[in-house]
Amino acid sequence: MTTIAATGVLRASWLLLAFPIFGAVVLLVGGRRTDKWGHLLGVAMPVASFVYAVIAFFALLGDRDRSQDLHLFSYIPVGGFQVSAGILLDPLSASFMLLITGVGSLIIIYSVGYMAHDSDRRRFFGYMNLFIAAMLLLVLADNYLVLYVGWEGVGVASYLLIGFWQFKNSAAVAAKKAFVVNRVGDAGLTLAIFLMFAEFGTVTFTGVFGSVRSGGSGVATALALLLLLGACGKSAQVPLQSWLLDAMEGPTPVSALIHAATMVTAGVYLLVRSNPILALTPDARLAIAIVGAVTLLWGAIIGCAKDDIKKSLAGSTMSQIGYMTLGAGLGPAGYVFAIAHLLAHGFFKAGLFLGSGSVIHAMDDEQDMRRYGGLARFLPVTFVTFILAYLAIIGIPPFSGFFTKDGIIEAAWDRGGTAGPIFAACAILGAGITAFYMTRMVLMTFFGKPRWEGEEQAAQEAHPAPHPHESPAVMLWPMIVLAVGSVGAGAFLIIDRRFEKFLAPVTGVPPTAHGIWTVPGIIALVLAFAGAGLAWVMYGRVPVPETAPHGNPLVVAARKDLYGDAFNESVLMRPGQWLTRLSVYFDNRGVDGLVNTLAALVGGTSGRMRRSQTGFVRSYALSMFFGAAVLVALLLAVRL
Amino acid sequence: MSPIYYVTLSVFLFVVGGVGVLVRRNAIVIFMCVELMLNACNLAFVAFASMWGNLHGQVIAFFVMVVAAAEVVVGLAILMAIYRARRSASVDDANLLKY
Repeated sequence: MTTIAATGVLRASWLLLAFPIFGAVVLLVGGRRTDKWGHLLGVAMPVASFVYAVIAFFALLGDRDRSQDLHLFSYIPVGGFQVSAGILLDPLSASFMLLITGVGSLIIIYSVGYMAHDSDRRRFFGYMNLFIAAMLLLVLADNYLVLYVGWEGVGVASYLLIGFWQFKNSAAVAAKKAFVVNRVGDAGLTLAIFLMFAEFGTVTFTGVFGSVRSGGSGVATALALLLLLGACGKSAQVPLQSWLLDAMEGPTPVSALIHAATMVTAGVYLLVRSNPILALTPDARLAIAIVGAVTLLWGAIIGCAKDDIKKSLAGSTMSQIGYMTLGAGLGPAGYVFAIAHLLAHGFFKAGLFLGSGSVIHAMDDEQDMRRYGGLARFLPVTFVTFILAYLAIIGIPPFSGFFTKDGIIEAAWDRGGTAGPIFAACAILGAGITAFYMTRMVLMTFFGKPRWEGEEQAAQEAHPAPHPHESPAVMLWPMIVLAVGSVGAGAFLIIDRRFEKFLAPVTGVPPTAHGIWTVPGIIALVLAFAGAGLAWVMYGRVPVPETAPHGNPLVVAARKDLYGDAFNESVLMRPGQWLTRLSVYFDNRGVDGLVNTLAALVGGTSGRMRRSQTGFVRSYALSMFFGAAVLVALLLAVRL
Repeated sequence: MSPIYYVTLSVFLFVVGGVGVLVRRNAIVIFMCVELMLNACNLAFVAFASMWGNLHGQVIAFFVMVVAAAEVVVGLAILMAIYRARRSASVDDANLLKY
């Protein structure tokens, strides 16, 4: 693959970034003056970006090399070290560009309806534009340093949006938690960039990938592991997964944006983008695959136990991103399916989140699934779109998840060795659990007896039972479009190896061709039906209790996020606090103690000495006489 | 000429002045005692000048007189102000400027 300077319509690819940045600046700097029309601008800018992205995509398809670099300006010119801000458009970044602007625009259109009654809607749209701009910068950058700028921008925007309802203490804490946990991952990416600069003297993709081969496998392994740490933070992979569930404190469109189009996909992008580095280091690839396999089970188990519909979906996202990370750890066989699953996931997870938002909207901000039930009659459009996205995520053919997830499962199977079948088994088991918790969610929400018109309703006049109503059209249409994507994206990408050929210049060609029907795929399908059947037995056949039963130890653990927070608290937070307390003690008693002792000494002495200043003139005169007498006596003594 | 009588007288006057400064409370009297000490010094200066036969001591005596005059002007002005404020010329009453 050769990268050429941008030509034709792609010379204007800075527009991709300019639109949402413009929107964010106008909305955030303009203040209350823009309240009236702010949401219209906030919608128009990402949509304009999407329109340009489509044009640019077709222009790129027409180009032979399909990789064009647009130099924007010289970012850091320091002697021999030059960093230029540039936009790289190749099949990988183009896929993300379409996903971010496309799904992002749909979510933003949806937000117009969802946030209609929020007095701060304009600020919300400003942040959303900022989020999209940062994510676009992340995927369009042609070097790691500019990527890092976008990476941090995504972190800031997610902080602002998760904590959008700052008046809720839980939201403010969740935003802080997301930011802090992300910083841990960012440290990995920062160190990776330092290492690139120290070893290769450059941070551009082409420069690093060109010289990494000569740097030895040690450097490549270190780089890959540091990048993995960065990806873990941003993509909420174990062990940096704890922020994702708390991030549900933000408004639902934010969750959709974080989980489908931006933020958590950044880690997968980083790993796949760095595939020339990963190619040199089987050890790091194994580590990546292990992280992915652990996370996909971890998230799925959490998803099973949560009663909050959004938290259950958050566990599901963690699990699906785990699939992608596993795919990225499998080398060229997995990259294409990781990205294909990412795109398909963008559709169905955005659809699920927007659907859950529609349900929450209808139920007066109630998020507990145990207070739902029988909503299919009241929310027909939401129900249908949700079901389509549901079929996509649990991998029922011919919906999209079937094609992309099975690709990852089969790639894991084909990896061979001892680890391959284990990874495949994890992925297949994950598919079964996915079917279980998603079926549970659908059954608890849309089927069964309504549990929201309880008998104590009359007693609680302050909290009247909600009257479920279908959402306005501005919220329904994005859901319908996403449902279409959930249905068709997987088949479109995988059948005829379309996406594989498209992505081949960046990620290389998979060693073995992927069949549609494979043995592991069929096992996963059977297990998915089993999981769905089990969920029906537990939640469909018998009524769902309104208060959660006690549950077995695994359920209790999963409700507490598998003790991820407890682990962080006992292993990281408490020792950290001890360390700070120790430092404070040393500072107070050691450093300050020395200074304070000196000061007290001087102060005490002068306090006693000033007593001699009595204010009586005659006593001063007496002391002067004595002084003079002593002086004279000394003079005489010296003379003699 | 031996200055012994003059110096003896000078010492006597100086001691009288010094004791007066230390033991009296009335500011006017303290002033007079200070003048007494200054003039005791003047006497010694003039006696030694006469002994050596030059004018150095006499010049110093003139300087002392000028300084003493200036001091009395300022000192009496302060004394007047204090007396008007407190109806008292006792130096022990004016003891506010302390620790």
